Amino acid sequence: MLALILFFIFAALCVGGAINLLVQKHPINSALSLIVVMGSLALIYLLLGAEFVAAVQVIVYAGAVMVLFVFVIMLLNAGAEERLSQGSKVATILGVPALIIGFGITAALVSHITGLDRIAIGGPTVMNGADVFGNPQAVGHLLFRDYLLPFEVTSILILVAIMGAVVLARREE
Amino acid sequence: MVPLSYYLVLSAILFGCGVAGFLIKRNIITIFLSIELMLNGVNLTFVAFAAQLKSLDGHIFVFFVMVVAAAEAAVGLAIIIAVFRTRETLNVDRVNLLKL
Repeated sequence: MLALILFFIFAALCVGGAINLLVQKHPINSALSLIVVMGSLALIYLLLGAEFVAAVQVIVYAGAVMVLFVFVIMLLNAGAEERLSQGSKVATILGVPALIIGFGITAALVSHITGLDRIAIGGPTVMNGADVFGNPQAVGHLLFRDYLLPFEVTSILILVAIMGAVVLARREE
Repeated sequence: MVPLSYYLVLSAILFGCGVAGFLIKRNIITIFLSIELMLNGVNLTFVAFAAQLKSLDGHIFVFFVMVVAAAEAAVGLAIIIAVFRTRETLNVDRVNLLKL
């Protein structure tokens, strides 16, 4: 029961932040509402027992990536967005909620047809007397043993991304 | 205990918000933020199914998605800075030519 109440609180925060991202005109407001979404998603991950993912979500996403976004917004002095092409107002006002609700209803229907809505998840997964599911130790065992090669490949990806960012953002001489 | 479908509906709504923002926004940084929102929605699906299947593989996939998202943000923001240097604008409607 408590898990359900907490889920609804954080889900409401998530959806509110996501809708605020769409409504706001200034990119810095959109970026800050995305931080709200990511923070409440981290708490939902904790409800699912994914401790490692929740910590990485806060450190990498809400920390590093969003700081990069806010830094670039301030560096480029981005103002409120201007609209050159006025699209159909009706399409925006009706289409956007229809799109979002359509996605939600589709997910609900599919999970009802496949019987996934009768499965309750969350709560502790006890193994050897301790709740180990999703903690850094369990994830680390899997990451450094079964997924060692993909993990090493990601380091090359990050290296290439860093070099690409440096080359692209360099001032032309 | 929360039904699995609630998590799936929440992630679908987040993904839908990302798609809508990608389509209606004209600021290139906000479009990028919408892509991050879509990635977060997908991550929630991975974690929910990992909890249902009692398998940690979903957490590993979330880790890889986060790595790719971080790399994409670094390169994408560098491209945004390069575009801003040459065109002095962040509006995607003004960036309609590959050649300057």
